[in-house]
Amino acid sequence: MGIWSAREVATQASAEQKERFRALAAAQLPRLYGLARRLVGDDAEDAVQDCLLKAYRGYSRLGDQAAAPAWLTSILVNCCRDRGRARARRPAEVDLDSLDEFSLYRKIADEDPFPYSDSLHLDFLHQFGADDVRAVLASLPGHYRIPLVLTYMDGWGTKEVARMLDLPLGTVLAQLHRGRKLFERRLWEYAETHGLLKEPIR
Amino acid sequence: MISCAEAVRQLWEYLDGVAGQVQSAAIEEHLSLCRRCCGEAEFAAELRSFLAGHSDDDIPPHVHARLLAALAQVMDQP
Repeated sequence: MGIWSAREVATQASAEQKERFRALAAAQLPRLYGLARRLVGDDAEDAVQDCLLKAYRGYSRLGDQAAAPAWLTSILVNCCRDRGRARARRPAEVDLDSLDEFSLYRKIADEDPFPYSDSLHLDFLHQFGADDVRAVLASLPGHYRIPLVLTYMDGWGTKEVARMLDLPLGTVLAQLHRGRKLFERRLWEYAETHGLLKEPIR
Repeated sequence: MISCAEAVRQLWEYLDGVAGQVQSAAIEEHLSLCRRCCGEAEFAAELRSFLAGHSDDDIPPHVHARLLAALAQVMDQP
């Protein structure tokens, strides 16, 4: 064993692992917090704290370091789901029957909120600030919001999202389909009720 | 040719790259002939960019400091 005892080697290995976890978690903090803001709004800081604790306890079981960002994301998403369930805030009932018929593209074209615009659809989207987008996301039920955020805002592939949520791919694709439609409809409703359908100032 | 309703329903799967080969070919054929659905497709792409553009990871300095402190505390546990 040379000059190192077995115990010293083990302690050294554990210290190295701790340092690796510290560096990983510190580097990922902004990304995790940003995602948590999109998923649970004001509960984001608490959700990230839950995630750090769970991740630290499970870190020795993470084999592939390259998978660490997805692994951390998965833990965070589950912490966010737990917080969502604990809050038990029932989102407004969703009228799914008419949802498939809704097209935001057609709605904007038909209603023509900015008659002098030559880029009507883009002008509509540009009315929304970061807080508006978060408010619209918060109005979606979690099973639509979570896949939507992970796929289109945080850029994870649908198969990876299915793994993170422990759901069959078909279920995630169906949730994404409905979630997109509902998001589009809620964007329009939000614009109507928050005065965003006025001619943009140029 | 598939209908407008079918093309629009499958548009995002197509843009996400999860549509099958036959499905993709049918959507592309439809888009090559239907101006209105081209508008839908263009808007779907804009909406995707819009969502991706709202994924900022800004963390206020005081929150960052608190979370780093929480990390240190978590790691103090045996």
